[in-house]
Amino acid sequence: MTRTGIVVANLRRRKRRTLLTIMGVAIAMFLFITLRSVLTTLSDSGEVGSENRLIVSNKTGFTFTLPMAYATRLAATAGVSGVSWSQWFGGVYIEPRNFFAQFAIDPATYLALYPEIVIPEDQKQAFINEQTAALVGRGLAERFGWQLGQTINLQGTIFRPGEDWPFTIRAIYESGRGGFPDNTMYLHYAYLEQAFGGEFGEAGSFVLGIEDPAQAAAIAAAIDDSYENSAASTKTQTEGAYNLGFVGLYGNIGFFLNTIGMAVVFAILLVAANTMAMSARERIPEIAVLKTVGFTDRAVFAIVLGEAFAMAILGAGLGLAGALVVFNLGEFNFFGFIPGLAVAGRTILLMAGITLILTLASGLVPARAAGRLNVVEALRHVA
Amino acid sequence: MALVEVKDLTKVFRRDTQEIAVFDGLDLTMQQGDFLALMGPSGSGKSTLLNLLAGLDRPTSGTITVGGHDVPGMKSRQLASWRAGNIGFIFQLYNLIPVLTAMQNVELPLLLTKFRSKERRDRALTALKVVGLTERADHYPRQLSGGQEQRVGIARAIVTDPQLILADEPTGDLDAKSASEILDLLQRLNREFDKTILMVTHDPNAADRASRTLHLEKGVLLEAAGSSI
Repeated sequence: MTRTGIVVANLRRRKRRTLLTIMGVAIAMFLFITLRSVLTTLSDSGEVGSENRLIVSNKTGFTFTLPMAYATRLAATAGVSGVSWSQWFGGVYIEPRNFFAQFAIDPATYLALYPEIVIPEDQKQAFINEQTAALVGRGLAERFGWQLGQTINLQGTIFRPGEDWPFTIRAIYESGRGGFPDNTMYLHYAYLEQAFGGEFGEAGSFVLGIEDPAQAAAIAAAIDDSYENSAASTKTQTEGAYNLGFVGLYGNIGFFLNTIGMAVVFAILLVAANTMAMSARERIPEIAVLKTVGFTDRAVFAIVLGEAFAMAILGAGLGLAGALVVFNLGEFNFFGFIPGLAVAGRTILLMAGITLILTLASGLVPARAAGRLNVVEALRHVA
Repeated sequence: MALVEVKDLTKVFRRDTQEIAVFDGLDLTMQQGDFLALMGPSGSGKSTLLNLLAGLDRPTSGTITVGGHDVPGMKSRQLASWRAGNIGFIFQLYNLIPVLTAMQNVELPLLLTKFRSKERRDRALTALKVVGLTERADHYPRQLSGGQEQRVGIARAIVTDPQLILADEPTGDLDAKSASEILDLLQRLNREFDKTILMVTHDPNAADRASRTLHLEKGVLLEAAGSSI
């Protein structure tokens, strides 16, 4: 028997109540971690962009395309070292819940601009040389158990909707930089073109390699100015700013998610505080006995606070474990709405802080009351 | 030197604007090995005296010395530590912790000592052996009879080998047979282990087991007629 043993024994006193409180904390923490992870994943997506790349998209919105004819003029812009382009494909693999990003690209020029896409040379050539070939990230391949040489079918949603698009996986890439997603599929832009009889002639966005990141703003301004009066005006931004633009699409999502997260935590704090208060109130005679046999005010305080801590830490641990299993191991991503959703280290730190606050907020008052309990009064109530 | 010396003790309770004096110049002396029964009507201050001797309450004035320690002079933290090693408390309603086994309940006061886990367990088992409950060590209070619960309470009171045992109506909630067994046990602790015991009781039969009986009436201690040994 130890003092910790007393804490454990007290938690087991009313097993159902303890279990329900712990589960309440766990669910609240899971929800909080989920909301925070959505936020961190979205904001992190802006940080994986390279300073050496600019993205040129349609000024009207990212769902609008740009004429392929822009490529030549963009390549001729001063300070631009390379040009490539990509087009969102948006196919469905077996069922919509298997969402993942798919981009039609010009393989040779695109891969030249993205050293983060690391591919064995033989696979790279195999991908470049076959129009129906697909390049997939290691994470994506592992998620669906894909192998090199395997043919997969994507059902078109934007291009030839409802029809099957067969692709042969010829290359699997590794992410060469932390944060760069390895769950994307790349296919040949020419494959799309072919489906349109070579008359598609549009790109979702152009990606430009630039020689000097310090000149990014000037280059972007020059490009946008030059297309100002075109049928499709451009919006040129660094890759990071472009990625963050997607986060902005959700409005003030940070405020929204933070508010819900805090409301959830506050609600569970009230529940936990009530449970602790009830538990301590029920045990007034026992606390008096502990003091009578020689436990100091501080020791009694620590035991009651220890119970609050145990419940908070168990609940938070369960919530965190659940979130890690669902998001980091299970790779659940809200059916594709938040690709790459994962629990970040700083979310875990924040959760640890909240657990501490939860402990103090729920346990401090009953622990203080227990520590200050007047033994004589308490024993009189027993008798 | 007496084990317990109480001199000129006063205790005044304040309820709203009213002041109620429980003791007004009370004196008490107990020698090592005394078994003293304290009787008196309800509200006469019997339990209050126990609480004062154990340092659970503070007197309004006067001195209380137990084993040479000035009890009211100690700070709260010192008192807790002193109480853990020197005072054994037995309650009328046993006051065992229901979620702890008999063994764990007895071990409680030892958690405040520097004994290692095994030594604590050995000492708790010894105390349970003294009260004849080793076979019930792993039972929870709800699995014990009232008499057995009180014996566990006694084991908890003696496990730290205290100088003074304070028993507040230890047989008040027991049937005659169980009460007799508990009194046998207290007598044994007094005679075989030389424990000094102050027992509050309403029961004259229980008081007869003590070596001295004092009556507390209107704040004054009176030696009962025929008290001896």
